[in-house]
Amino acid sequence: MKNRIIFLMVAVALILASCGGGGSQAGKQKQVTLSAAGATFPQPFYNLAFKKYNEAGGPLINYGGIGSGGGIKSLRDQIVDFAATDAFLSDAELAEMPGKVVHIPTCIGAVVIAFNLPGVTELKLTPELLEGIFLGNIKMWNDPKLLAVNPGLVMPDMEITVVYRSDGSGTTHIFSDYMSKVSPVWNAQLGTGKALNWPAGIGAKGNPGVAGTLSQTQGSIGYIGFEYAFAQKIPMARLMNSAGFYIEPTLDSFSAAAASEMPEDTRVMITNSSNPAAYPITSFTWIILYSDLAYGNHSREAAEATVNTVKWLTGEEAQAIATSVHYASLPQNAALQAARLLKEITYQGEPILK
Amino acid sequence: MSGDRITKALLFISSLTILLLGAGIVLSLFGGAIPAFREFGLKFIVSPAWNPTTGSEEYGALSFIAGTVITSILALIICIPMAFSTSLFIAEYYNGTRTSSILRSLVDLLAGIPSIVYGFWGFYALRPLLVATGLSDQGFGVFTASLVLAIMIVPYATSLSAEIISMVPAELKEAAYSLGATRREVIFSVVIPSARSGIIASFILALGRALGETMAVTMLIGNANVIPKGLFAPGNTMASVIANQFGEASGLKLSALIAVGLLLFLITAIVNALGKLIIKRFA
Repeated sequence: MKNRIIFLMVAVALILASCGGGGSQAGKQKQVTLSAAGATFPQPFYNLAFKKYNEAGGPLINYGGIGSGGGIKSLRDQIVDFAATDAFLSDAELAEMPGKVVHIPTCIGAVVIAFNLPGVTELKLTPELLEGIFLGNIKMWNDPKLLAVNPGLVMPDMEITVVYRSDGSGTTHIFSDYMSKVSPVWNAQLGTGKALNWPAGIGAKGNPGVAGTLSQTQGSIGYIGFEYAFAQKIPMARLMNSAGFYIEPTLDSFSAAAASEMPEDTRVMITNSSNPAAYPITSFTWIILYSDLAYGNHSREAAEATVNTVKWLTGEEAQAIATSVHYASLPQNAALQAARLLKEITYQGEPILK
Repeated sequence: MSGDRITKALLFISSLTILLLGAGIVLSLFGGAIPAFREFGLKFIVSPAWNPTTGSEEYGALSFIAGTVITSILALIICIPMAFSTSLFIAEYYNGTRTSSILRSLVDLLAGIPSIVYGFWGFYALRPLLVATGLSDQGFGVFTASLVLAIMIVPYATSLSAEIISMVPAELKEAAYSLGATRREVIFSVVIPSARSGIIASFILALGRALGETMAVTMLIGNANVIPKGLFAPGNTMASVIANQFGEASGLKLSALIAVGLLLFLITAIVNALGKLIIKRFA
């Protein structure tokens, strides 16, 4: 009996030892693993970019699409190497962080107004119409106000079903930031936020949820990340921008929105751009990380891999990947700011990029 | 002897762990809910406001309590005729036959289907059907959610009721038959009256399940944070609003969601305790 127990213990010890050996061997290959979490809005871009970077010899990056708020929380708790968010941190949120946090813009995304209306594939909308529809004041598709902006369109006698995000979301933040700028009524009634007190319509979870509900529900209209509407081939409305032009959502019209001044810390909302060629509901999306990466038990290796990854992400190769999945690439001024900010990131006070 | 003691100790430790876990969950719910209750007091339970906009934040659970209670009761009402007749069929009319055992395993199979699959079915099959009948414009709403909930709780109510019906002593039934009663008379005058409280308890336990159901409901109810304006209007339930909003919630909103969770926990606990109490009296 006793012998048997000893034998078992030896066997277990041997197995454990061999596992340990395997582990250290893997360590010798210097495969650095980074963990990141945050926004789902740019996730299709990040997933593809991180995979390609890893294949080209870069670190393995586990990105959790848990939402911008979750990403910010994870960075505050220092359990990720970097986080991603669609809404830049407010001064109050920055003050709550245990260390100085840097925003690096990575690409430009747009929120489109997608709709499902039998026999209608082209639709023009003004800020007033958006306000009326999403606040539940314009209830029917053949409302005279809609017909006035869309002469010649045959609108069905059908109720409008507004679809919004039931979960807190950066997409809602971008859309409501725009609406608050163009509509005082909206600003007073709903304001800007990741979740709102919607007076009308139905909620669906996540960008995919809204896309599914829109494509399955006749008479529906909703706001959604561009690439999701594009992938599901849901018709998108042309929106009247601040210069009075009806702009189709395209990568060029998104880029046009970003061609304005960029503040030093890159924290800027670019909705309702004054550029006459710009699509009005666009936004940067950011990677956020600490300006000194020596926190917790964060190794120098991981810190170097983090900065190099973000630098690569804002570089030419990754920006081409962004365009291939329907995000607009960074304009030159934003890319320059990103490069300057990355050079300032340190490890124990020493700059990481030489 | 010593083996016995070890077993006893092991069992004690594992059951104690479960007790501690349960207590820990309740404690952390209470702790998390305190800021919301401190801010809104009891108004939290009776207010239908749910405004997450920074600056004018105001939270109340009434819309979700209403949504939860309405969908669950409606589901129960739809479920009763289905589950009641099926359990009679299984446990009394065809008891012991091949048909009955096949039906019984089919009912159990229904219980094993994950919630999300019911949601899928509701979204892609049931919803277009409701739109086609003209009852609803877009098919989302309280009624659609209740219908799917009803189908989800049928297996629970059925197998519990069947169990209880088959527990009715054979002597009772035989005595009735010997007095010349027909089968229908035996069922309605002997079997059902003596199994009544057990059957009621099984439906209350099924209701307890409906209260906490999340995924299928959130896919179908429309997730509008208001008290539903009608059977075909969208609403939201307690479980569904938590699942939808906890990810991006922080501060007061997170506390309000935890408070909703605490209320749901209390409601479910009361309903389940009621069911258990009735079963105990029956046994």
